This record gives sequence, structure tokens and C-alpha cells, in this order.
Amino acid sequence: MILTYKVQGGDFSNAGKCSSEVKKVLKQLNIDHKIIKKVVIALYEGEVNIVAHAYHGVITVEINTEKIKITLKDEGPGIPDINKAMEQGYSTASPIVRELGFGAGMGLPNMKKNTDYMHISSEVNKGTEVILINYL
Amino acid sequence: MKVADILKWENTKILCCEESIANIITDGYVSDLLSDVIAHANENMAWITIQTHKNIVAIASLKELACIIITNNNIPADDLIEAAKQENIPIITTSMTSFDTAGKLYIALHY
Ligand SMILES: Nc1ncnc2c1ncn2[C@@H]1O[C@H](COP(=O)(O)OP(=O)(O)OP(=O)(O)O)[C@@H](O)[C@H]1O
Ligand SMILES: [Mg+2]
Repeated sequence: MILTYKVQGGDFSNAGKCSSEVKKVLKQLNIDHKIIKKVVIALYEGEVNIVAHAYHGVITVEINTEKIKITLKDEGPGIPDINKAMEQGYSTASPIVRELGFGAGMGLPNMKKNTDYMHISSEVNKGTEVILINYL
Repeated sequence: MKVADILKWENTKILCCEESIANIITDGYVSDLLSDVIAHANENMAWITIQTHKNIVAIASLKELACIIITNNNIPADDLIEAAKQENIPIITTSMTSFDTAGKLYIALHY
């Protein structure tokens, strides 16, 4: 099964929609509750990162009997130093984004903690692709 | 304790989802940083915050929290209440500060 969602940068009132729809689908598929929670938490952080940091993006969720693979691909400023971005507490979030409660610099570490595999590739001034895998 | 027990506090009221006041509260978490809540809050916790944007509902729902308590007389946006109704997350507001709310909750849970 493959699901795709479009995400618009700056659209905080719809942030989290993709994650909550994916949660419903995974529940219907009777996937283990603990795995669902990890997947949707990682997905939510990735979804919000597109909203907070990029222009627009597409999220693809592939589900089979073996794993759940999520690809978050955006057009945006990209990440100049991925290792630095992965550090807990590092954030370039704007004051407006911080006012909403984002910008703790914990999103990428949360994604890493809740997935079995995570890979980021990024090109400055073009965009970022994050791949997340949870094995079933 | 249950969400219903909080509603007995002074200057504290529920704005939505009274059908969920039987939700069990086992613990609490105080934070205004959303990713911090994602990292550290757990199921059945009451989340104490001054945040009023509807994003907090999505987080409470993903983490399966018992309720959100918005402190310091902060008033949530209308679209937050709409979202909370869909996700069945009780939204409680209080005139108390986060510190006082956490203290009261702690005593109710542990004494
Ligand atoms: N999709 C993206 N496009 C561009 N930059 C990104 C993207 N995702 C993350 N970053 C960069 O990496 C930093 C760290 O991301 P992370 O999710 O850990 O923290 P945050 O989004 O700043 O705050 P939080 O997630 O705690 O609300 C961001 O501040 C930003 O500079
Ligand atoms: Mg983030």
C-alpha cells in the first residue's frame, strides 16, 4: 500500500494532518500499537519540519508486511550541516515558529529515536529528503 | 485520578470533550516546547502548558495524553476546540500558573 500527501510550507493550521491520517490507516491494518506510535511521532516531526523550514513537500508512506517506509521530500533551503542539525537543541526556527512552541531542536533526534533507520540527504537551496523505516 | 477530579478546582473549567472526563490521569508533564512533549510525555499524562495553538491537540492525540490544561488564563483559539472535539482530547483552562497547576496535580496524584 502506498499513500501520498502534499505538505505546504508555513501552513501550521494543517500541520499534523498527514500523521493523523496515517495513524488511522495503520490502526485499520491492525499494526502493533507500539510501532504505530513510533511511526506517527517520527512522521509528525518530519511533517512539521517541512511546514516550519521548507517551501513545500511530498510525503510518501509505503506499507508492506515487512516494514513501513516513509519518504519526506521537500523543496526548500536544504540543510547545510546535517550532523549539526541532528544535534539536540540545534534549531534555526524563526521567531514566529518558536512562538507556536516549535524550535526546541528536538525534532530530528525524536525521529531518530523512534525509527529503525533514518537517512537525510539535502542540497542547499534545493531541498531535503528524509527516509524513515520501521520494521514490523 | 480522573480528568473529572480537576474540574472541581477553583477557576478551572472544561471547554470541550466532557464525554472524556473519565480519562484516567496517571502523571503530568509541564512544557511549552512541543518536541519536548513529544520526547518526554507519555500515555495518560495531563499536559500543562500556556500554548494555545491547535498544534497542541495533534500532539496530545499522537501521544494519547489524558487532557491538556492551559494555564494563566490563556484562551485557546476556536479552531483548537474544533480539533480537540474531533480527537476527543479534553481541553481545560485555569487561572492558575503552570507552577501552581503542577503542584496541585502532584498533590492530587501522590498524597
Ligand atoms: N526539511 C528541512 N528543511 C530545511 N531545514 C531543515 C529541515 N528539517 C530540519 N531542518 C534544519 O534542522 C534543524 C533542526 O531540526 P529539528 O527538527 O531537530 O529542530 P527544529 O525543527 O528547529 O525544532 P523542533 O523540531 O524541536 O520544534 C532546523 O532548525 C533546521 O535548521
Ligand atoms: Mg523540527
